[in-house]
Amino acid sequence: MPFKIAIASGKGGTGKTTVAVNLYWNLVQTRDKATLLVDCDVEEPNDILFFPGAGIKFREDITQPVPEIDPDLCTYCRKCVRYCQFNAITVIPPVKFAQVAPDLCHSCGACLYACEDNAIVEKPVVIGTLTHYSAGDGKGLTEGRLKVGLALQTPVIRRVKNIHDDSAAYVIYDSPPGTSCPVVAVISDADYVILVTEPTPFGLHDLKIAVDVVRQVDKPFGVVINKAGLGNEEVYDFLEEENIPVLTQIPFRKDYARQYSESLILSEDNKEYRVYYQEIMDKIFDSSRI
Amino acid sequence: MICEITILSGKGGTGKTSVTAALAQIAGNAVFSDCDVDASDLHLLLTPEIKEEHEFAGGRKAWINPAKCISCGICQDACRFDAIHKINGHAFYVNPFQCEGCRLCERICPASAITSSEPMNNRWFVSETRFGTMVHARMAPGEENSGKLVTAVREKARELAEDSGYDYIINDGPPGIGCPVIASLTGVNKVLMVIEPTKSGLHDMERLSELTRKFGIRTYALINKADLHPGLTASVSNRLKELEISCLGEIPFDENFVKAMVSGQTILEYVPDSASSLIIREAWNALVMDVN
Amino acid sequence: MKTVITSRENHTDSLMDPRFGRCAFFCLYDEDTRETSFLENAGKEQSGGAGTLAAEKMIELGVKKVLSGDFGPKAKDLLDKFGIQMVVIRDHNQKISDLIAKLQG
Repeated sequence: MPFKIAIASGKGGTGKTTVAVNLYWNLVQTRDKATLLVDCDVEEPNDILFFPGAGIKFREDITQPVPEIDPDLCTYCRKCVRYCQFNAITVIPPVKFAQVAPDLCHSCGACLYACEDNAIVEKPVVIGTLTHYSAGDGKGLTEGRLKVGLALQTPVIRRVKNIHDDSAAYVIYDSPPGTSCPVVAVISDADYVILVTEPTPFGLHDLKIAVDVVRQVDKPFGVVINKAGLGNEEVYDFLEEENIPVLTQIPFRKDYARQYSESLILSEDNKEYRVYYQEIMDKIFDSSRI
Repeated sequence: MICEITILSGKGGTGKTSVTAALAQIAGNAVFSDCDVDASDLHLLLTPEIKEEHEFAGGRKAWINPAKCISCGICQDACRFDAIHKINGHAFYVNPFQCEGCRLCERICPASAITSSEPMNNRWFVSETRFGTMVHARMAPGEENSGKLVTAVREKARELAEDSGYDYIINDGPPGIGCPVIASLTGVNKVLMVIEPTKSGLHDMERLSELTRKFGIRTYALINKADLHPGLTASVSNRLKELEISCLGEIPFDENFVKAMVSGQTILEYVPDSASSLIIREAWNALVMDVN
Repeated sequence: MKTVITSRENHTDSLMDPRFGRCAFFCLYDEDTRETSFLENAGKEQSGGAGTLAAEKMIELGVKKVLSGDFGPKAKDLLDKFGIQMVVIRDHNQKISDLIAKLQG
């Protein structure tokens, strides 16, 4: 079974993607080529931008079964409406109207159980795409991409994570920002969670919430302080008080920011930058005793 | 007519909240709301004094009573979210983080061992700040109801703006393009995107502008940290022209944003005469003058 | 022909309610008999889908025209589908009786 590392943060723009692609590069170069990168930020998947030469190995639609009501079989009893917890079904008996709103449907299947007239069948509706790219020297990049306009990020994430590759030694999940259900979906089966923060009041505030989430899901975790030198010292006090390990500190430098702008993997050309990832890997694998 | 404006970015960390706080200060006659309910930061700059506190239900979760469970496994087979697991060959239990609250298991359990409830674990607030009234929320970690909470926050902000006869509602939006973003932009009059000149920023703006176009919302842009990469800033501004999105200004990379944040101030309070402050003022004027 | 005006209270001296799905009452006005009646909006406390529920009610009541301050996208779709005319009232400081007077022209 692969060792799975999820990269998360409360606040956006702290450097999750930077850490994810550089950790991928360093794991591949120094630990095991059988490393897979999975972009779970399905709303704004950016990992691929760091691999301009990547080729598509396979691509498929991600679908979700959405019920359709057959007006010939429907008796307009409204039992499905009562069963649907998501207000996705509209049935108006006097005018014989029955319809499902796909954007509200969670595909739970409850309406199928409700219907006693066999009037409901499910049809697949495309909610995103799954693509696997060859990327770098490792096992490549698996990316989930939510269809624009849909609010179904969590099912897309679940689907992307369902692609198991048991031959991988390491799997890196790049999570979306925030602390709500999509993040939980990403970190729920990780062996280790890296929280990336910046030493600013916003960074600290959102880090505290992220720490709450990781503790509730009960995962071992550590913090990477990115853009060190910006902001203030409060984050260090918090981490010390809470006894949370600092995996590494990456200083804020305009040349780093510039190279990130161009979607460059800094580790490729910068030996000094690799040291931070060496430190992250040493600390994670030391604490996890692998 | 109230003009409701949501500040968005697609990509996180581009400076949405710093810009929103500055606009709240300039607008004067506005109610503002923090629609980034899972990582809300606007209150750190506006230091609200809470006047009202309301509970808001979180997502419904099922619970299996182990004393009644007959371990038949019907619920596990029916659950599409893989939320029901067996503990050591005994009774089944529901993992609350995986449960979507559809109640199917509850309805089909032959032993009536399953119940469900909506924990009242979210809060939303009406507060006073030095710039006016603010509506904000605190979501329980890991919650899935963020879209609904955003809707509740916006409804309250609208009610307050109507009651006070204000002209503007300013919403600080969440990152991304998913559920809470959609909840924070449906029916608003204008969207202001804060973009950074990075390839990721450019890519994310592309998807966000596709979303606002789908919803038919007039969209504007502000480029932040523009001098960090002039070449990419040019790419962003060219792309904006192609998309017919007017760019209201280019803010340079300015460490004063972080310093202002550390001192709990808006950029306009911290360095009122700086280039950044001036650009944001001009952007606001252009944003509200445009009544296309 | 039946018309609905969203209302804050259950009498014609009440101000109109600018919200459609979450209004307090529906004022049902029959343009032929010039009679009014008030119905409580059962869906106003719903956590989601209040607009759809209100639209369903309009369809069930056989209403042809609805006057309110704002219609959400889902309510709009459904009302459109059944050819129910939506009239958006910009000035929310009008009484039900004012609006009825305007309907009578």
